[in-house]
Amino acid sequence: MSTTAERVESAQGEHPIAPYLRMDRIPHIWCPTCGLGTVVKCYATALEETGLDLDKVSIVSGIGCTGRVAGYMKLDAFHSTHGRAIPFATGLKLGRPELNVTVFSGDGDLLGIGGNHFIHAARRNIDLLVVLVNNFIYGMTGGQNAPTTPMTAKSSTMPFGNFERPFNIPHLAASCGATYVARWTCLHVRRLTKAFAEALGRKGFRFIEVIAPCSTLYARLNRLGSGLDLLRFYHDSAEVRHGADTRELDMGFQEKFICGKFVDSERPTFTEAMNEHYSKILGDRYVPMTPEGGWIHE
Amino acid sequence: MKYWRRPLDLDQVRIPHGDVIIIADRCKGCGFCVEYCPKEVLRMSEGFNRKGYHPPEVVKSGECVNCNLCEMICPDFAIFSVATESVQAGMPSPGGARGERKEGTL
Amino acid sequence: MKTDPRGVLTGVHYLDGDFACGEGAMAAGCRFVAGYPITPSTEVVERISRRFPFMGGTFIQMEDELASMAAVVGASWSGTKSMTVTSGPGFSLMMENIGLGAMMETPCVVVNVQRGGPSTGLPTMVGQADMMQARWGSHGDYQLIALSPQSPQEAFDLMIEAFNLAEQYRVPVMFMMDECVGHMTEKVVIPQADQIEVVPRTLTTKPPGEYWPYQVNGSHIPDMVRAGDGYRFHTTGLTHDYRGYPVMSADCQDESVRRLVDKIVLNADRIAHFDEEKVEGAEVVVLAYGITARVTRMGIELARREGLKVGFLRLVVVWPFPETKIRELAGRVKGFVVPEVNLGQVVLEVERCAAGRCPVVGVPHAGGGVHDPQIICDAIVRAAR
Repeated sequence: MSTTAERVESAQGEHPIAPYLRMDRIPHIWCPTCGLGTVVKCYATALEETGLDLDKVSIVSGIGCTGRVAGYMKLDAFHSTHGRAIPFATGLKLGRPELNVTVFSGDGDLLGIGGNHFIHAARRNIDLLVVLVNNFIYGMTGGQNAPTTPMTAKSSTMPFGNFERPFNIPHLAASCGATYVARWTCLHVRRLTKAFAEALGRKGFRFIEVIAPCSTLYARLNRLGSGLDLLRFYHDSAEVRHGADTRELDMGFQEKFICGKFVDSERPTFTEAMNEHYSKILGDRYVPMTPEGGWIHE
Repeated sequence: MKYWRRPLDLDQVRIPHGDVIIIADRCKGCGFCVEYCPKEVLRMSEGFNRKGYHPPEVVKSGECVNCNLCEMICPDFAIFSVATESVQAGMPSPGGARGERKEGTL
Repeated sequence: MKTDPRGVLTGVHYLDGDFACGEGAMAAGCRFVAGYPITPSTEVVERISRRFPFMGGTFIQMEDELASMAAVVGASWSGTKSMTVTSGPGFSLMMENIGLGAMMETPCVVVNVQRGGPSTGLPTMVGQADMMQARWGSHGDYQLIALSPQSPQEAFDLMIEAFNLAEQYRVPVMFMMDECVGHMTEKVVIPQADQIEVVPRTLTTKPPGEYWPYQVNGSHIPDMVRAGDGYRFHTTGLTHDYRGYPVMSADCQDESVRRLVDKIVLNADRIAHFDEEKVEGAEVVVLAYGITARVTRMGIELARREGLKVGFLRLVVVWPFPETKIRELAGRVKGFVVPEVNLGQVVLEVERCAAGRCPVVGVPHAGGGVHDPQIICDAIVRAAR
């Protein structure tokens, strides 16, 4: 039994996103002016637009504020360990290839502790959509320095300002082999939704970085105001440049930055490459795993 | 809407209209909807919701064009718009769009 | 339920323990393996990577053991029987996600072909010093099951049991081989596929909407689902209630963690089995497992030649520990002897269960080799005095 993502009728007066959320857990725990709710809304809208079989869509998230996304979406959702959302999702996808798996996690989770898994999944072109919500800090644990914290920005473990060079995330993803790389902010709701819808229809390691405001930690520790002030900053400083060279996508502290879609290509996924390779070498003797997975039942 | 010259197909254009529905008790007072509504339909109210935040309220009745930006940008799923009858461009908007405040689920 | 015959290499083979272990996994219906090379376990996945393409299995060599274990837990949730293979250093790395598997109640098997430790230790030589780690390795309160084969034949047979126990109790099962058994080549008889019983996963019969992931009715083990069947369930490593939603309260913690522990502890007598030989009426009972069991037989033989009545209790399931049996024997024997290739791990359990009623003589060995049977014999003689 499956439910396609048509505009499901919500109860009279209920928010249109309600069919995609665990309403028994709303309101969510995210802070006022946090951008995560916006990302969830854009993703749910994109799911609706693509008409995907929602029973086959799974969400895997890590630990952190973004990690809580799995708990609020009404899909098969897994809240796994810190940094291990991508390998968990890899196992999930390879165990039942017909699943459509999205990984939602934060910058610290995916690039700090999870950095190794990120680069290898991209290299292998595992068929996953990875949404990295970048708030430039470790929010849930109280505002520590992250691999994405801009130079000179303050955090609880770099109280005199960050002196470590942060990652240029789209460049990292592209150079490791991601087939779809985009960066948007929470402000770009329409373009973000369109990016989600587009990416959901592609195959391979698809990566979307979403820059989101963190008022309680990043903005407060750096005296940047509230999330609304950060959105105003995105409004003034984001430049959309599709197809930009990813080497130029570094982000300074409160400086102009570039958004857009940078990579949109196609490469055989891990599973496709495996099936093709074994079929070539082993011929008829090769027994690929069925889309339903290695499940053995009577 | 003011035009600097009258478009030739003005009688064929229909402007969508909408009603804004606010689930007040879910709002956390972030101000995104007020800031980015393209028709400036909303403002933060003076009143409080159950959690002590100022939810938005509709000030420019009839101006909502059902663009759904508030619905998309609200991080707390506390506001959305529904379509009402669209209006021919150049004509005044009918009645007022209600900004209905719902006591939401909490 | 009968297993999928494509995974069963029926026949009489001459295989080493690692290969036999791989064959056992494939015969049990395992179809997803994520691993990382580490001596002396690598041959297991080498074998599996060679045979999986012919039976619809997927093998992926992950970038490290952390990823391997996470992938195994993920694959299990998609419905596939999954397994990983490692040794000491990798076992330590996997602990976090073994804890995740225990918390989410995920059936899976982790094979640890033990080697000398700690740290990099003796990569190519035997050890049995991870036995306590198998029980306590991950943080927090939980229980799981650990098995210990003594031969390549048993490496095959017990793998099937390991997968069955994992499915039945929804727990990661630790398959504690050691390098000697792993690298020992012996005759392995693999039966016909229709003679191999596998336990299917207990999937819920409730329709979506009525199913909650951790709801139990009397039993301690909830029915499972898999991703993609429309249940829209949520599961987490955070302390959670019957709905799978995180609940941060002491009450929820109590209920949740106690059930995780009870589902094994209350079934311990059923799970923990062992081989007994001349234990009734024995003066001294020797407990051993894995390769040490093979050496111990010679030690016991030497002691029996000196006229002692020696019983042999070979642990097949090490965790949960067969407490009932040991407590019962402690009142009747002059002493226990526990040889191990470590400086005393399972012996501590024997001491705990004996509770001072009789002496417990450990025969430690730091690793890198097996005991000299004479030393075991001497310990038996000491225990008998």
